[in-house]
Amino acid sequence: MPYNPALVAPMRTEVTRLGARELTTAAEVDAALGDQRGSMLVFINSVCGCAAGNARPALTLALKHPVVPQQVVTVFAGQDLEAVARARQYFADYQPSSPSMALLRDGEVVHFVHRHQIEGRSPQAIATDLTSAFDKFCGAAV
Amino acid sequence: MSGHVFHPGHSALHGMTVVVETAGTLTYVGRYDREDDTGVHLLDVGVHDLQSAIAKEEYIKRSSSFGVRGEHRHVVVPANQVARITQLGNWEPARSS
Repeated sequence: MPYNPALVAPMRTEVTRLGARELTTAAEVDAALGDQRGSMLVFINSVCGCAAGNARPALTLALKHPVVPQQVVTVFAGQDLEAVARARQYFADYQPSSPSMALLRDGEVVHFVHRHQIEGRSPQAIATDLTSAFDKFCGAAV
Repeated sequence: MSGHVFHPGHSALHGMTVVVETAGTLTYVGRYDREDDTGVHLLDVGVHDLQSAIAKEEYIKRSSSFGVRGEHRHVVVPANQVARITQLGNWEPARSS
């Protein structure tokens, strides 16, 4: 059962204030990820304090990097069920977990950060991994 | 066990994705919830059997790369069967003695 929306709202805002576009329906996901071009980070947000509490600050840090994805979108696991299920269809080779992050380039997943790669790690360490992927896959000369 | 405690009152491993190796043929990969008198409670758990076609190391490597295939929502591994618990990201094959 989804958490109280009022409880979740600050967790959404923590991501959308970074410029991430929130996708709450399957149609919105299809519009964003279908025929996707360029680089895009999909941030699967989560209530879980074990990991999401570090994932969101890591995203904040990573998006200050000089090289970032052209687009950042977010869906919220356990909240926007339809949107999350549809988003996961776009990276079906990867088992679902949340929070997690998928970096796409021209519709292909080029880097994936699973929940287990977030758990117990500092935001700085997670951000460093992310920015390495940004440098590799989001620059102009990829 | 060392580690950052995210939930006061819980084990340091609470919420972490771990590999639970047993004295038998089974290895479990899942999210550590707690340990009590009945054993170690794991959530969203994948299970590897040494008798399966895929090697244990490969199974764990795939779980690390592509995520844990949660075949079971909740598994309790009896405490007397647990040989080693390791965070998935830190897992390495045990050194043979």
